[in-house]
Amino acid sequence: MILKVENVSQIYGAGTPTETIALKNINLEINEGEFIALIGHTGSGKSTLVQHLNGLIKATEGKIYYRGRCIYDDDFNMKELRSHVGLVFQYPEHQLFEEDVFKDVCFGPKNLGLSKEEIEKRAYAALKAVGLDESFYKSSPFELSGGQKRRAAIAGVLAMEPEVLILDEPTAGLDPLGRDEILDCIYKMYKEKGITIILVSHSMEDVAKYADRLIVMNKGEIAFDDTPHRVFKHYKELEKMGLAAPQVTYIMNRLKNEGFAVDTDMITVDEAADAIMNMMKLEKIND
Amino acid sequence: MIREITFGQYYAADSPIHRLDPRIKLFGTLIYIISLFVANNIVSYAVAALFLGIIIIISTVPVKFILKGLKPILFILLFSVAFNAVLTNGEHVLAKWGVFVISTEGLIRAAYMGARLIMLIMGSSLMTYTTTPNELTDGLEKSLGFLRKINIPVHEMAMMMSIALRFIPILIEETDKIMKAQMARGADFENGNIIHRVKSMVPLLIPLFVSAFRRASDLAMAMEARCYHGGEGRTKMKPLQYKRADYTGYIIVLVYFAVIIATRILFKNVLHF
Ligand SMILES: Nc1ncnc2c1ncn2[C@@H]1O[C@H](COP(=O)(O)OP(=O)(O)OP(=O)(O)O)[C@@H](O)[C@H]1O
Ligand SMILES: [Mg+2]
Repeated sequence: MILKVENVSQIYGAGTPTETIALKNINLEINEGEFIALIGHTGSGKSTLVQHLNGLIKATEGKIYYRGRCIYDDDFNMKELRSHVGLVFQYPEHQLFEEDVFKDVCFGPKNLGLSKEEIEKRAYAALKAVGLDESFYKSSPFELSGGQKRRAAIAGVLAMEPEVLILDEPTAGLDPLGRDEILDCIYKMYKEKGITIILVSHSMEDVAKYADRLIVMNKGEIAFDDTPHRVFKHYKELEKMGLAAPQVTYIMNRLKNEGFAVDTDMITVDEAADAIMNMMKLEKIND
Repeated sequence: MIREITFGQYYAADSPIHRLDPRIKLFGTLIYIISLFVANNIVSYAVAALFLGIIIIISTVPVKFILKGLKPILFILLFSVAFNAVLTNGEHVLAKWGVFVISTEGLIRAAYMGARLIMLIMGSSLMTYTTTPNELTDGLEKSLGFLRKINIPVHEMAMMMSIALRFIPILIEETDKIMKAQMARGADFENGNIIHRVKSMVPLLIPLFVSAFRRASDLAMAMEARCYHGGEGRTKMKPLQYKRADYTGYIIVLVYFAVIIATRILFKNVLHF
């Protein structure tokens, strides 16, 4: 277990007219090598929760443990925690500031106090991993397109080589192609380096495709925490929370209602296609 | 952290004070500030404090919230009180050490100074707690409308002010967000010597400026797209109009001011300075 969240509650602006309970008694264990997706309606507390995981927000109540050590202890080194638990914010391109992309990516590793060679090595590797063309390395981050900025910003966190990489809606506002490219590169990294990933997302399709564990937040509480297959079985409940299951799940359910003998368990297009093919083959044999 | 500043914020509630016309609130605040400088004895101060207390109770803004607003000026407050206490020469010297003198007069003066500053901040922040920035600028625009005759662009200035006020919370939020994003990349804003700290501001300030300019240009575009062209011939959806309560408000403020002047004359020898 790499991170443990114990009875964490977060109240913003306690005692003011704008008091909001963002998190209510959250308990969570995150194990090494998991690919976790975090979904929830707008304002359900996803961003708040992930910011707790690297100590950017201190919980109003409860504790968070990194490898068994409470991160709120006085002698706990927050900077070190942040180098192990990397967080890519919603719209991370707003954090770019250096004269050129390469320097900006170096900012993180530089803060870790590494040697110059090591810093540059990591920056190159990170930029390569996000698939940003080398011709952009020396251009100003403000001249890039939205998708390129996003990649540069993600590389800025990757360059710190975190053990846990948290991405808060990394694909918000990108075109479908850019979205797939970024997610594919994250998945590749996950496979190659064996790091732990927490992906906050609004896309059920992406969640179904990549994650092996799905956490659903609703009004500051964890509503479901299970494999995507099992969570999406509850699609009626998800709809009440303003969420939905992947579209293929609905198609499979429709097919079943129309009398076709298919499994409704399918959550990705590939799975569904296989299932339909199998069904058709079986029908042929039966004929 | 940075979001906890309450001074200058609006406290949403539905009280008689909230419903007053912004012009009377502006006028009342101005008179109140003047009255604090007219007051020169314990009775005047008591009247001023009582008046403020009553208004606070009517406004339903929690006292805790108002006291929180004093936090940012705590340093200035302590500083000026301490200075007055140890640097005022008087007839009844209690202690003396080099240039520092503690006298009875000095202590009285320091106490008054502290009380005046506190009431000043509480009084003026009560206005912003009970008036939305939009009402405030509307009120200013209307009250100062006569200046248009001497070619001062009152409407434009009011519009700039309301946009600036509107942007304060947005920029605070933005600062908070960028600060966190850079901290996630290992930036350190709290430790180190002064040079280090100034340098550490660069990753915060550049994105903040960039986003402020982006927002400003977006806003300008959105305003132009909706045919905004300045104050000429522009009418209001909800023009300010005095109601009964507002006239009562004016009378109360004037009576209060008269009382302060009267106490200044009548009790000028009671613990004065
Ligand atoms: N810094 C803050 N100060 C006050 N309230 C906040 C703050 N950040 C978040 N909130 C409130 O806490 C709640 C949870 O917000 P959060 O940003 O965690 O939601 P989210 O699940 O990430 O939503 P989204 O999908 O829109 O990003 C919301 O009601 C929000 O208004
Ligand atoms: Mg969010």
